[in-house]
Amino acid sequence: MKIVKVLGPGCKRCVATADMVQKEADRLGMPVTIEKVTDYAAIAGFGILSTPGIVIDGKVVHAGGLPKTDDVAKWLSA
Amino acid sequence: MTTEALVSPPAGGTFGNPRLIGAAAAGVAAWFAIYWQLEPFSKWAVAQMPIAQGSHLEGAVSFFIFDTPKVLMLLALVVFAMGMVRSFFSPERTRSFLAGRREGLGNIAAASLGIFTPFCSCSAVPLFVGFVSAGVPLGVTFSFLIASPMINEVALGLLFAMAGWKVALTYLVFGLAVSMIAGWVIGRMHLESWLEQWVLEVRSAATGLPGEHLTVADRIEAGIEAVRDIFGRVWVWIVIGIAAGAFIHGYVPAEMLTGIMGHDHWWSVPLAVLIGIPIYSNAAGIIPVVEALLGKGAALGTVLAFMMAVTALSAPEMIILRKVLTLRLIAVFAGVVTVGIIAVGYLFNALFT
Repeated sequence: MKIVKVLGPGCKRCVATADMVQKEADRLGMPVTIEKVTDYAAIAGFGILSTPGIVIDGKVVHAGGLPKTDDVAKWLSA
Repeated sequence: MTTEALVSPPAGGTFGNPRLIGAAAAGVAAWFAIYWQLEPFSKWAVAQMPIAQGSHLEGAVSFFIFDTPKVLMLLALVVFAMGMVRSFFSPERTRSFLAGRREGLGNIAAASLGIFTPFCSCSAVPLFVGFVSAGVPLGVTFSFLIASPMINEVALGLLFAMAGWKVALTYLVFGLAVSMIAGWVIGRMHLESWLEQWVLEVRSAATGLPGEHLTVADRIEAGIEAVRDIFGRVWVWIVIGIAAGAFIHGYVPAEMLTGIMGHDHWWSVPLAVLIGIPIYSNAAGIIPVVEALLGKGAALGTVLAFMMAVTALSAPEMIILRKVLTLRLIAVFAGVVTVGIIAVGYLFNALFT
């Protein structure tokens, strides 16, 4: 099971990003655990500068702005 | 100084979806066709209303009816174009470019990059921590933090379209000067120990984000995305700003305004800045007000100082920054920037009377 972390202080786009990842994982039939990371120190620790960010199994795959659905699918299947 | 670290490599000759490019070109053409009809249309619309010609109300209403679609359309075009330009710059690239730079040159680079690098106050904290932990000097970080909301591309583009290139260029040059000098001064004070403790302990690994290869169609998409995003956030501010501008235009007597914001009094500039600090508005929202003030004969330096105070210093941003800065450091930051803006106002009024 993949562990997906969505990094963001709880803005609208961070919530939308988390929903998008969940939807895409459901569509692909992949079990995922989505964690929302809202602590600023933790977010900064991943080295990203703009939110929302996405971390899959410890690897940063996205930072800043809503991701594209195709990209989310690509990251999840990688 | 090379720009290669900042600009993504050319997209290997690929343009991407030709249909999207065609649609974007058609959209821009339609934009111009509609824009040229705005003035006759607004005149006609006002003439249909039961309002006495030449009254205060007529002045206010026609300002509002003409300016609302005008500002919104200009904003859409500017944001679209800048969304495309911005896809060449990302905060991550900016940081790797600024890390380890000396102060001085670093302040200049940081302030200039602040114009183009996407910034929103919800990202201010991760950005600040990310810069500092990667070895960007504190003063250089502040230069970026001051410049980014104040002289962003939306403010410049709208100012250029509505108040002319001279005002826009002046705002750019003096805004850059304030950001560089204020950041440099803060850096000279060596206030690193006034950061919140946890900020100094963050060890941020460089992100392993792969370099993006964007096609022309991707950049157009980025432009459309920017329009959608910025419009959703700022349209309320703009309508409020236009309403305020319409009120000034229709009801505030020119003699009173030139009396307060004109060239006559030494206290005009500090007063305008003090009024501007608590006002929170997006740069786009303040421009209709600037336009109306200038139209009533306010001094340009005073008006630009007012605009800088509104955009660069805002209560919400300071509350967010409180998470990384101690109160003392916030006070120094606000104080240095305020002094800088007041100086710009005076200097400008003195140079151009």
